Amino acid sequence: MKGLLESVIRGLGNGSVYALLALGFVIIYKATRVISFAQPALMLAGAVAVSYLAGVTGFYPAVLLAALLIAGVALAIERVAIRPMVGRPVFVVAIITLGIDVVLRVVVNAFIGRDVRQVGDPWGFTQVTLGPLVVQSRWLAMMLVTAVLVALLFAFFRYTRYGLAMRAAAFDQEIALAQGVSVGAVFALSWGLAGFLAAIAGMFVGTGQGIEQMTWVIALKALPAIIVGGLDSLGGAVAGGLVVGVVESLFQSYQGEFAPWLGQNFAVVSPYVVMLIVLLVRPYGLFGTREVERV
Amino acid sequence: MTETRTSAGAPPDIPTGRSRRVRGRPLLYTSYAQDMALLDTPAKKVSTGLLVLVAFALAVLLQDRSLEVLAGAYVLAIGAIGLNIVTGYAGQVSLGHAFFVAIGAYTAAALSGPVDGENLGYGVAELWIWLPAAGLVAAAAGVLVAPLATRLRGLYLAVVTLGLVFLGEHVFKEWQELTGGPGVGREAAIPQLFGVRLDQDGPLGTKEQLLYTLMLALLIGFAVAARNLARSRIGRAFAAIRDRDIAAAVIGVPLTRYKVLAFGISSFYAGCAGGLLYTISGYVEPGSFNLLLSVQFIAMVLIGGVATVSGAIAGALFISLLQPVTRSLPALVPFISGDTTQTPNVFQVETVLYGLLIVLFLIFEPRGLFGLWIRVRNYWKSWPFSY
Repeated sequence: MKGLLESVIRGLGNGSVYALLALGFVIIYKATRVISFAQPALMLAGAVAVSYLAGVTGFYPAVLLAALLIAGVALAIERVAIRPMVGRPVFVVAIITLGIDVVLRVVVNAFIGRDVRQVGDPWGFTQVTLGPLVVQSRWLAMMLVTAVLVALLFAFFRYTRYGLAMRAAAFDQEIALAQGVSVGAVFALSWGLAGFLAAIAGMFVGTGQGIEQMTWVIALKALPAIIVGGLDSLGGAVAGGLVVGVVESLFQSYQGEFAPWLGQNFAVVSPYVVMLIVLLVRPYGLFGTREVERV
Repeated sequence: MTETRTSAGAPPDIPTGRSRRVRGRPLLYTSYAQDMALLDTPAKKVSTGLLVLVAFALAVLLQDRSLEVLAGAYVLAIGAIGLNIVTGYAGQVSLGHAFFVAIGAYTAAALSGPVDGENLGYGVAELWIWLPAAGLVAAAAGVLVAPLATRLRGLYLAVVTLGLVFLGEHVFKEWQELTGGPGVGREAAIPQLFGVRLDQDGPLGTKEQLLYTLMLALLIGFAVAARNLARSRIGRAFAAIRDRDIAAAVIGVPLTRYKVLAFGISSFYAGCAGGLLYTISGYVEPGSFNLLLSVQFIAMVLIGGVATVSGAIAGALFISLLQPVTRSLPALVPFISGDTTQTPNVFQVETVLYGLLIVLFLIFEPRGLFGLWIRVRNYWKSWPFSY
């Protein structure tokens, strides 16, 4: 029981990182109807920026600076490569983001080099005791920061002018335009927000074990998360992220014991299995809206 | 009036079969057969014939090193044509092409491998047995995946097929009896045709010449088959589904059946390409079937031209020739290094070029290389007038 709870807490910690990434995907999807495959590169870039800045400014300012920097990079990408494609098929735009991801990752990898880079976080592998449980403090930090960011984000969408504009544009772009919402600004804002969240997630991915060139694959686990939650649901993204994190953590703890025939490291691909099962039952995810189409 | 009719009930005078072309009027069709012909103008017949002749002549004109690169490019072109069928013609976005390529590669390798070797093998080295088998097993996998595709649309499907690549990678890394495991790999399929080993120098030519000719012949076969498919009833159904699937269903196209068919045919091409691809190097490693391979196929289709067979071939040639070209860059551009430990090295330049080419083509010429060709052709058609 104790092991199970610890495993769940680890899963919730990692899951909240996936939730941050998934939120980025969903925010961009809601605004532009495109899945941005550039998120992995942005996440990695965020982690690398933190690792370079932490030595200069200290860890916490470095995180904020890096997040703002990556938000700027995301804004630039949106302006240069995505904005000219408005009105083109979404598949084409998605493949453009895939190309951007490939290019950006080469640049970021040049900054990483061949070794593992530490992000200079204060948590490392330190552990704290919660009653009978012994858990790593970084998981608690992940959960706490994600909870705060999600609360801020939902408040932003609920109570501010720009949040309202984004919701309006996501609901119907033409009507939003007619009401005076600058849809271009909404696109830019959504990419900026996604870049910001990706950078924070990247920092958390780098805590403890550090980052290397292959770390970008972790960001792709947010894809099962958004599919499980439903592509256009913010709440679904958080729920999907947590589900994916917990499932992965449970497989990590118990699959070797109960199902060794699945092979080593099955935990890494378990999110995709969950995704397939959910999709067989609900093609639009748990919280996604069913598309109603007219011919 | 009734004078135009020769007898009551007979159709008016519309020629249905083949009929003579009007000289000097290449775009004047006098029968449906002419309109639907694969090579519908005399100029196309001549240029395609010449192109095929030149391609076969290259087998004796080029050096073995170049032939090897081109042979690989032809195999990739078969795979790209396959992806074009499902993504270009039928409009179902698939990022999972690498998965089907892997299934083909391992089916072929297992069938032709030695019976008592380190890995699974059945000792059937004849190409005409393992090639269709590789295609059919991959097609079966495609048909199994297709039910998901019929429920999902657009980017949901893209993400699911991407998941397929990761699941496949895991299975192939773990199933060591079949694949040899990561970092170790196994020997690839042996191309043997009626007792003649094509991957060894023999009386008919060097290894590279034999493989090049084989791949070229197979590519022509697969390309003609794909063109035929595209102009048939099935091809028109695919196009209808791509343009608007609900509208297609309304006019009587059974969506499920044709989506399953699209995935099956596409996977058949992928499986055949997978079986052939590694005969050149003679070695398969389970780590090579990753997302990057899928992205490369997508790049070939997009850079070449969506929903065109000649475009897919051009894209595959373009992407395959990118590597030798970038490899020769360090000699020309001093700051690019051939050493992987230096920062601007050839591998980085190559990867950046992939990405940039995808982005630039999609922004500036969405029809790809095929679109560039259409522009050039239209310019010269009306030359010296601008329209």
